[in-house]
Amino acid sequence: MSAFARFATVLLAALFATTLVAAMFNLGAPTVDLPGAVAAQLTHSGVAHPVAAVLLNFRGYDTLLEVAVLLLALLGILGVSHDDGVTTPTPPGEPVLQALARMAVPFMILTAGYLLWVGAHRPGGAFQAGVVLAAAVVLLNLARVLPAWTRPGLLLRLGWVSGFLIFLAVAAALISQGHLLQYPPAWAGALILLIEVGLTISIGLIMSGLFLLLTERQTSP
Amino acid sequence: MTLAFDLLLALTLLWSAWRTLASPDLSRAVVMFIVFGLLMTLAWARLGAADIALAEAAIGAGLTGALLLDALGALKSGAPSKEAP
Amino acid sequence: MSPGLIYALAGALLFVLGATGVIVLANLLRKILAFNLLGSGAFLVLVGLAQRDGGTDPLPQAMVLTGIVVAVAATALALALLRRLHRLTGQTRLPDEKEHG
Repeated sequence: MSAFARFATVLLAALFATTLVAAMFNLGAPTVDLPGAVAAQLTHSGVAHPVAAVLLNFRGYDTLLEVAVLLLALLGILGVSHDDGVTTPTPPGEPVLQALARMAVPFMILTAGYLLWVGAHRPGGAFQAGVVLAAAVVLLNLARVLPAWTRPGLLLRLGWVSGFLIFLAVAAALISQGHLLQYPPAWAGALILLIEVGLTISIGLIMSGLFLLLTERQTSP
Repeated sequence: MTLAFDLLLALTLLWSAWRTLASPDLSRAVVMFIVFGLLMTLAWARLGAADIALAEAAIGAGLTGALLLDALGALKSGAPSKEAP
Repeated sequence: MSPGLIYALAGALLFVLGATGVIVLANLLRKILAFNLLGSGAFLVLVGLAQRDGGTDPLPQAMVLTGIVVAVAATALALALLRRLHRLTGQTRLPDEKEHG
């Protein structure tokens, strides 16, 4: 990029930044009371935490599409990762790291289960639980206890799609009753828990796949 | 008093973001990005968004950091493909 | 001057910094880093402006949660493409990006 184009870009960016900052100081009061609207419907949503209610009930459609986007990214990585057959020799795993990994992973799984369960009442939920699970898998791979995923088997593929399919099945079952993703109030809590369990497993496996499908780390012999 | 803390945190956020983009060494840039992710976690906690703080700590600093470090290692050691033309 | 407004301003500056980085920087890994800064800035603006009068608003918080997950998926895909490009050509810049000019 020529020096002139670089300078012009920085100048325009500075101008844009000044405009943004000036606009932010001149905002009027909000015209719509969103927290009030959420609080009014919270008892009918099936969960007690407002963010969980918004994520899985009021804006459940966004969450459905988000899991689909995650799956699409995974498919993209699967398409790009090419097993060249070129394997670099990996050094053997360190015993302290392996011992640490083996001790930490059960606690991480327990933490993930707790986060999933407590998400209905307090900050937590399916996404945080799924990512803690993924972190446990990545830790096992970094300690060379778990090999990189070069040929994903059927069970793994089922795990990847299960979250999206469960959510889609619930949406399809409900669409005959009324509008899209409108839970009957008596069933809302149970349906949300079912969807969250599927999401946790799926998100954990997909996020692990984002790391493990790219790396070339094999287990120590 | 707490406003001073917020101001300081916002300035440190901007400083770490600048260091991420302006470091000549790529591994230093990635480390500064992980630092940025952890500072973002603090910012989310200050904004009263505990769910986002949990997610940012695990995803932004943790998973993205691991992905970037792994990619950095692969970019430094990898060579053009050895497949037959 | 509430915390929400302070972080919204920081987010706006982060957004502009990230956008400039994506356009100006030549190395693809740096572009990916700048793209993440861009996303984080946008998230701060979303939540900061909604909470500029104090209080907590669950709706932008849920949107940002979704956004963080999508951003990590996009970053992972971008890194996979970068590693493939490097495997095939040994370059970490796009072919039409000149050296420092």
